[in-house]
Amino acid sequence: MTILAARRDERTQAPVPPARGGAKDRWVRRAPLLPALIFALVVTQVPFLYTLYLSTLSWNALRPGDRPFVGLDNYLTVFQDTRLQSALVNTVLLTAGAVLFSIILGLALALLLDRSFFGRSIVRTLLITPFLIMPVAAALLWKHALFNPAYGLINGIFGGNTDWISAYPKAAVITTLVWQWTPFMMLILLAGLQSQPHEVIEAARVDGANAWQIFRRMTIPHLRQYLELGALLGSIYLVNTFDAIFTITQGGPGTATTNLPYEIYLTTFRKFEYGEASAAGVVVVILTIIVATFALRVISSLFRMEQNR
Amino acid sequence: MRARLSHTVWGVVAWIAGIVFVFPVIWLVLTSFKQEQAAASNPPSWSFTPTLHQYEQIFDRNITPFLLNSLMASLFSTLLVILLATPAAYALSLKPVAKWTDSLFFFISTKMMPAVAALLPVYLLAKHLGMLDNVWTMVILYTSMNLPLAVWMMRSFLLEVPREVLEAGEVDGAGLLTSIRRIILPIVSPGLAATALICFIFAWNEFFLAVNLTATNAGTAPIFLVGFISSEGLFLARLCAAATLVSLPVLIAGWLAQNKLVRGLSMGAVK
Repeated sequence: MTILAARRDERTQAPVPPARGGAKDRWVRRAPLLPALIFALVVTQVPFLYTLYLSTLSWNALRPGDRPFVGLDNYLTVFQDTRLQSALVNTVLLTAGAVLFSIILGLALALLLDRSFFGRSIVRTLLITPFLIMPVAAALLWKHALFNPAYGLINGIFGGNTDWISAYPKAAVITTLVWQWTPFMMLILLAGLQSQPHEVIEAARVDGANAWQIFRRMTIPHLRQYLELGALLGSIYLVNTFDAIFTITQGGPGTATTNLPYEIYLTTFRKFEYGEASAAGVVVVILTIIVATFALRVISSLFRMEQNR
Repeated sequence: MRARLSHTVWGVVAWIAGIVFVFPVIWLVLTSFKQEQAAASNPPSWSFTPTLHQYEQIFDRNITPFLLNSLMASLFSTLLVILLATPAAYALSLKPVAKWTDSLFFFISTKMMPAVAALLPVYLLAKHLGMLDNVWTMVILYTSMNLPLAVWMMRSFLLEVPREVLEAGEVDGAGLLTSIRRIILPIVSPGLAATALICFIFAWNEFFLAVNLTATNAGTAPIFLVGFISSEGLFLARLCAAATLVSLPVLIAGWLAQNKLVRGLSMGAVK
């Protein structure tokens, strides 16, 4: 067991460089990969190509008859559509708000949990629980049991009869998302804190650095890539938020909380503008690719760290 | 002395934070054992006679097929994911193909594609094939949703297999099957279990595809909750019972996998 534990670090190294075997050897190596690769190609890339094709048609499912090819017209519509523009702004606000607050809270909780105290593992279990509640259930819980003006717990405890969701729709959605996603950020940051080299911190303390200096000069720089990773993974998940919007506000009041996924859903299944919805979908994919490029860069830097270890 | 005092204080703060965070869940579970009048009272009622009435109600309202659909979609997609991802992860770690990094990043890039862009073609295709409102459609979609995560996660676990031991096994004439059974499996099986649990969690909780592609036949557990969205004529206690029940499998899976949760969620990037 001790041997295993001692070896652990050496073992998380890069795979051996692929051998330059003959064609047969290459196919033997490839064989286990192919089923997964082909499955992923077929199920994820084919629909996207079809979306590209659909985005060039003028197709409303309620209008019988032909679906003429209109080239890039749908894209012009999409870029001029004020509803989509406001959906884009809402997506950025909701995602940024949720990511920012969940990272701040997650960092605070990770710092608390990085110390040893009585019942630490129980507290950690309590803290990850919100993340495990089914998102639709969590959204319903906040909407009806907590935010409701007449019998919700918030007004029940603090008094008043504020209708939280109508008065502060964005904040209500963000609160629910932050409650669910703080545990995620906390887990990533806690892993970061626990990978800090303790000897170096001990040495700094011996040299007379106080807690704040250690936090500013050593912990935060060390945590930087964990903060980036949390922010980017959180953004990738949260930019697609649908459950909370669908459940809590239905995009309202007005379009105050309509984000891109919800707007495209409305265009597809309420207005049946298939061509326009596809063009909007393509635009969202392009935006996602831009964000994802940064995410991949962060992940691959962690990846290199793993290789150099 | 001062150090010990601050130690205790921060411990207490951590406990308070934990309880505050989990409190909505406690309230959810408490409310699920109330009668409707007690659930909708203002100020909130703290003492009440617990009843299982709401749970009986949701079973009377046929939540069972929704739970079974979720169970089928989650279990079968998890099984398929593991069957596809484990060999793929092997070919990207222990016996890597040329250009293994490209494949690895291809998988993760499919995870980043927003589902909303694929919804319409998937919907049209499923409609064309007569596979709308069909559990197997959900199995295929959840498999592709979880595949990148599982490949990355399994790869990070497979890299923990000591290469010297594998090579020693090969020298001793151990075939591929023997080394999988004797060397690889014992080391990666906790990782395999964690990967499976995390894929199960994501499939069980998935809502966007389910709400657009299923209805009465293949409706999954979150779809049962859609009926509670409107505030008019709301049965709060019944809602809480349903929400508690559908969240329970994932709560248990997540608590079991909590030590590996962060690794799965970060695609194996954080250990």
